[in-house]
Amino acid sequence: MAKGIWVFIEQSKGSIRKVSLELLSQGRKLADEKGEELAAVVLGQGVGALAGEAAKYGADKVFVADDAKLASYSTGAYTSVFAKLIRENEPNFVMIGNTAIGKDLAPRVATRAGVDVAIDCVAVEPDDANYVTLTRPIYAGKAFAKVVSSGARPVMATIRPNTFPVSEPVSRDAEVINAKVDVDPADLRTILKDLISQATGRPELTEANIIVSGGRGMKGPENYVILEELADCLGAAVGASRAAVDSGWREHKFQVGQTGKTVSPTLYIACGISGAIQHLAGMGSSKVIVAINKDPEANIFQVADYGIVGDLFQVVPALTEECKKLKA
Amino acid sequence: MNIVVLVKQVFDTEAKIVIGADGKIDDSNVTLIMNPYDENAMEEALLLKEKFGGEVIAVSVGAAKAQETLRTALAMGADRAVLVSDSAIQPASDDFAAAQALAKAVSELKPDIILTGRVAIDYGSKIAGRVAEILGIPHVNTITKLEVEGDNAVATREIDGGSEVIEVPLPAVFSAQKSLNNPRYPTVAGIMKAKKKELKTLTLADLGLDATVTGKMQIVGYSLPAGRKGGRVIPGEPAQAAAELARLLRAEAKII
Ligand SMILES: Cc1cc2nc3c(=O)[nH]c(=O)nc-3n(C[C@H](O)[C@H](O)[C@H](O)COP(=O)(O)OP(=O)(O)OC[C@H]3O[C@@H](n4cnc5c(N)ncnc54)[C@H](O)[C@@H]3O)c2cc1C
Ligand SMILES: Nc1ncnc2c1ncn2[C@@H]1O[C@H](COP(=O)(O)O)[C@@H](O)[C@H]1O
Repeated sequence: MAKGIWVFIEQSKGSIRKVSLELLSQGRKLADEKGEELAAVVLGQGVGALAGEAAKYGADKVFVADDAKLASYSTGAYTSVFAKLIRENEPNFVMIGNTAIGKDLAPRVATRAGVDVAIDCVAVEPDDANYVTLTRPIYAGKAFAKVVSSGARPVMATIRPNTFPVSEPVSRDAEVINAKVDVDPADLRTILKDLISQATGRPELTEANIIVSGGRGMKGPENYVILEELADCLGAAVGASRAAVDSGWREHKFQVGQTGKTVSPTLYIACGISGAIQHLAGMGSSKVIVAINKDPEANIFQVADYGIVGDLFQVVPALTEECKKLKA
Repeated sequence: MNIVVLVKQVFDTEAKIVIGADGKIDDSNVTLIMNPYDENAMEEALLLKEKFGGEVIAVSVGAAKAQETLRTALAMGADRAVLVSDSAIQPASDDFAAAQALAKAVSELKPDIILTGRVAIDYGSKIAGRVAEILGIPHVNTITKLEVEGDNAVATREIDGGSEVIEVPLPAVFSAQKSLNNPRYPTVAGIMKAKKKELKTLTLADLGLDATVTGKMQIVGYSLPAGRKGGRVIPGEPAQAAAELARLLRAEAKII
């Protein structure tokens, strides 16, 4: 008998990542509504302590796979262990954060389990006939599709970070189940030869709560320092338009838009960005949009909640000063 | 070396999405293009062929008109193309079926390397990972560099906060990031030649699959984002306006 709602737990430096807490919080609500169990799935090495944390955010049960082979994420080993757990326990619904790891793991696990997976969902509604109805952005956010899985279980989905609020932790106990780790050797053929860290100390674009973004109006790569200063004060990520990326000022991985990253932060500050359709597609679902642009006719003002018509080289440093005052 | 490139036909990025009277997305006034990242995948395949020889085969699952996109791939330099088109597959959105059909079509071509785009800009359904899983081979996504050394390949891929260098045995699937290369444009000669190249169209039955692979998930409705309205423009000198903005972000929007 299929049962329960599962959340895949992502961790970093010994604690559960925010996106997984979001999914646990929402999973708890859904489980209560359905009268079902919520289980957390923790894979890694020395991760036993995370079970208690998962319980605080709503897990009734925690599957822990603790093994040296799982010390760092690898597609093969994680798929092997996770898919076996699904096969043996037959959950109804599995949620995974739509992060770099989630996007890599979910399609593999779903395919091995013989089911489809809805990628990058932004809403999950209980549904009697189909268990849940999922909403996912398509065309980089220009439209939404509601998706159901009428027959196969589990229903699987990756969920965009920042979709659900994190609930207040409560004290509760969860049953811990130690999962067997036997990884198929065929799943261990990928060798990591080198890891090049370019850590900026800033949040990832797709997970950031605030993004400060600069376009062609930045005039050159050296000027991004004023956005970085504002970002540092706000704890924000720094994005860019395609014009800035194509000019070679910023790397492609920082591009926001239909052919870059789709983001939905709480606050998006667009500086010297005109608001082309492809850019709006990638950031139009931000909760609050601020535009700083010297052209009052710029399209970005059509979508901005707050706009300042002016020279960004004056406005941005002034905003940084204000931010510092507020944070002081 | 046999190289298969997965190419998907998608809406032009300029396209405004319109929901028709039937509740579905209206594609009647939309320009269709090759998914931008698939151009990078095609380019990498052609570079590998120039270095190692062999054949480049473009494969797609889509509606009959996806032939046009495959012709573009042929014009860029692919040797032949295969389109899987079947009325049982919802074009663009049935990811489970597309992955099954692509994997089956690909396995019959016995490639050493399979290249795909990083993401399809329409549905973005993580097809490459699924194809790799069905084929039981490794997948390296978001690659910015690819080098083949004998039976192995070494790829650099982008990850959160950096990059990784990964070695995998071939065959394997690689998904191209934009910075992998600069895709070539089809030449006039290329376009002429493409007309005579082989473009096979297959159904699910031709691949030995049936409709049980379709519709695992179904789309039950489409909607458009709530239109945003321009809010307020904050007047004043830069310092003044910035102060007012900061105040509003704290007091009204409750963000900072
Ligand atoms: C296939 C395709 C895919 C694309 N994908 C993307 C995508 O993913 N993301 C994306 O962003 N674009 C994308 N584009 C490009 C898009 O069409 C626009 O060309 C691009 O977004 C423009 O970038 P921009 O707003 O920075 O530059 P511009 O349109 O040149 O705007 C610059 C703005 O800066 C303002 N400005 C100049 N100086 C100052 C100053 N001192 N102070 C304040 N304001 C100033 C100007 O008034 C202007 O509004 C794509 C295009 C195509 C064809
Ligand atoms: N229907 C399809 N036909 C051919 N290739 C596809 C199809 N769907 C996805 N792909 C390939 O998979 C890549 C990633 O797509 P997606 O996973 O949907 O974002 C695309 O860039 C294509 O290379």
